[in-house]
Amino acid sequence: MKIILNIWRQKNSSSPGKMVRYELGNVNEHMSFLEMLDVLNEELTRKGEEPVTFEHDCREGICGSCGFMINGIPHGPERGTTVCQLHMRHFHDGEELWLEPFRAKAFPVLKDLMVDRSAFDRIIAAGGYISINTGSAPEANSIPVKKQCADRAMDAAACIGCGACVAACPNASASLFVSAKIAHLGLLPQGEPERDRRAMRMVLKMTEEGFGYCTNTGECEAICPKGVKIENIAMMHRDFTRAVALFREESKAGGAG
Amino acid sequence: MAFQLDSRTPSGPLEQRWSKAKQEMKLVSPANRRKYTVIVVGSGLAGGSAAATLGELGYNVKCFSFHDSPRRAHSIAAQGGINAAKNYQNDGDSVYRLFYDTIKGGDFRSRESNVYRLAEVSVNIIDQCVAQGVPFAREYGGTLANRSFGGAQVSRTFYARGQTGQQLLLGCYQALERQVDAGRVQMFYRHEMLDLVVIDGRARGIVTRNLVTGSIDCHVADAVVLATGGYGNAFYLSTNAKNCNATAIWRAYKRGAGFGNPCYTQIHPTCIPQSGDYQSKLTLMSESLRNDGRIWVPKQKGDTRNPNEIPEDERDYYLERMYPAFGNLCPRDIASRAAKLMCDQGYGVGPGGRGVYLDFKESIGRLGRKTIEERYGNLFEMYERITGEDPYTVPMRIYPAVHYTMGGLWVDYHLQSTIPGLFVLGEANFSDHGANRLGASALMQGLADGYFIISYTVGHFLAQVKPGGVNTDHAEFRAARQEVDERTRRLLSIKGRKTVDDFHRELGKILWEFCGMARNAPGLKHALEKIPELREEFWQNVNVPGSAEDLNQSLEKAGRVADFLELGELMCLDALEREESCGGHFREEHQTEEGEAKRDDERFCHAAVWEYAGDGKRPVRHVEPLQFEFVHLAQRSYK
Repeated sequence: MKIILNIWRQKNSSSPGKMVRYELGNVNEHMSFLEMLDVLNEELTRKGEEPVTFEHDCREGICGSCGFMINGIPHGPERGTTVCQLHMRHFHDGEELWLEPFRAKAFPVLKDLMVDRSAFDRIIAAGGYISINTGSAPEANSIPVKKQCADRAMDAAACIGCGACVAACPNASASLFVSAKIAHLGLLPQGEPERDRRAMRMVLKMTEEGFGYCTNTGECEAICPKGVKIENIAMMHRDFTRAVALFREESKAGGAG
Repeated sequence: MAFQLDSRTPSGPLEQRWSKAKQEMKLVSPANRRKYTVIVVGSGLAGGSAAATLGELGYNVKCFSFHDSPRRAHSIAAQGGINAAKNYQNDGDSVYRLFYDTIKGGDFRSRESNVYRLAEVSVNIIDQCVAQGVPFAREYGGTLANRSFGGAQVSRTFYARGQTGQQLLLGCYQALERQVDAGRVQMFYRHEMLDLVVIDGRARGIVTRNLVTGSIDCHVADAVVLATGGYGNAFYLSTNAKNCNATAIWRAYKRGAGFGNPCYTQIHPTCIPQSGDYQSKLTLMSESLRNDGRIWVPKQKGDTRNPNEIPEDERDYYLERMYPAFGNLCPRDIASRAAKLMCDQGYGVGPGGRGVYLDFKESIGRLGRKTIEERYGNLFEMYERITGEDPYTVPMRIYPAVHYTMGGLWVDYHLQSTIPGLFVLGEANFSDHGANRLGASALMQGLADGYFIISYTVGHFLAQVKPGGVNTDHAEFRAARQEVDERTRRLLSIKGRKTVDDFHRELGKILWEFCGMARNAPGLKHALEKIPELREEFWQNVNVPGSAEDLNQSLEKAGRVADFLELGELMCLDALEREESCGGHFREEHQTEEGEAKRDDERFCHAAVWEYAGDGKRPVRHVEPLQFEFVHLAQRSYK
């Protein structure tokens, strides 16, 4: 089948970009979307042009590297599917597509379809963890965890950090991403001691990084390739509100010497 | 330069060796630790856990990753689980049994002391990960759940749905980010290591390329830790992520680190078959599926009927027939070879007859669809997404694919390579899996190395050297940097007619055909002629577009493929020299009457360690004899 692609080309973060049109014949319906771009890139390379830069790695929908807009939808039209797992059988012969990078102030474009999502790491570093040094853990079965809690924590922990939620949100909010971590750790007894601190720090960091606020639009849940639920955001708001009331950063006085 | 292959294995009773070694290790006092800089290259399970742990201890850690975030590392794709000898199921498991299963699964080609230590710390890994908040599967009573896995007769595998690697990696990534926040670990994202710098016989730093700006930089350290994964992508098509590569370990090899058993590659039995020439990678279906799925082919050759229309008595459940004791749960190398055998004999199914069925009909009937969904839902979805077929109603089609490399840089008991100060962890080293790795053991080894071993052994090394003493103005740094610059310029200046992928595909075909699931001397000799020819053509006819000063994915790929073109040759050479069959290395000349791998313990009960001797020169093969003091060498039997 034939596919017409309009792709955002941008040399680097400081150059302006533009849409460039490409026509691709001989697309096989069993190809993945990225394999189709591989074919385009091989053609461009043979013609002496620079191939299209896009981020990708595992191509199994788990590493979260890939992701761009296809006709205005992050990861394209198939629900619950990253772009690496999207196959050409879902498109028709002669279809025209527009590919753009994820757009958000906190995700600057690096080149073509590749953006910088390092803000996510900085949010995790602000408090998205349980403080436990190697070697100091208690016997694993000494911490019983309700199966329902473990299952719900796993549902939230399934987030792959691709950033599609931010790209889909009209406010470019990272609330789904942030709340997924807050819910994952907050639902487990191991995460309880740092629950307030975690919510406080991660939410403040999200704002500091330039992401918008959540206005319950729900676009994030609709496009999340891993089905992470918006109910996590409710949990994040609850934890943050509680933290505002109860949490104070450590005083300088410190502990016993 | 001759290698000193001292394995530094402790003596004494097996179960006391690690404790004894720890007691004998020197320590760096807490106040002095921040004076030492440790470079960790790679931030997957092994590298991430090492960087986090060394940071917690107070060392000054610099961690490098070519990804945009540690959470992208390929450890994330491991699906099935992680082994640990907890014996929570009361089914007879023990540290000794995990040790024995791993030694036997590896076909008696690994070091007893290392493997025992791995089994011993496996229980600490589960404790650590649970405390970090890894959402392992639970029973209704709140305790941890287990499942069984290939090569074992006990249930010792801990899992988080079909995303165990993801959850363990996120735990480790969060621990790492905590150290970043604390200022003890400095992350260098989108930086690729392009050379190792050795000064006065000691690893003293690395040269990197900033993948966004193209800047080439030097970094000094008191010790360098490589945790850069395996080299399965030498085959082009594998289950590895697209960016997995061997450049870091290959550069280290060329600077004097011995390469152990390069021919030991693992072909995983349950992958989705290839669908066309455009195929960019292969997708693994977790081995855990073999717990509830039954593998079969039609008894009639070339049977093209819909599988659901083939009656029971016309199906050959060949693994259950050939290996009644382990059945569908026999080790990976055996299951892969059996699938190849069936297809070679004409019983294969699907396009080109390169596939066998993995059927869940019986277990769905017995356990109900809901249970199967709970256990494997995400895997079934993934299968359907890729093939367009529903595995709940039509049996999956699977075929073996390259998955893991047991070979890697040689390390001693301290995980130190033949270069003092250079440590190698996880899949990048050659250590614990012998000639075949058991399922759910890669995650275990990566985390054992990173959380529980390197913190002691790097400390022991650092305690014996003074911090600092060199800087990037040193002649060796300048020379290494210049070499990297020249190589980059050369790659960009060829402007030939073929793409990097053209060469990579061709190399992959050679390796898959002659150094894949079954190998023989004429084939390997043929490959040893073909690969140098292909490499020569690469350096004359490759077209790498773009410039060195930009983000340039073609250039990144070109450097990696150039290294695979050298490593591929070493893999074939090692396979040719090892005139026996063991684990994943199956030499057709050496098999039993029943077609099983036939070891030659008289001549090959050793690790082969290759020393680089210069470009165009034949590398030197050294051996580290393997001594079995506790385990009786036997022919593996899973019947």
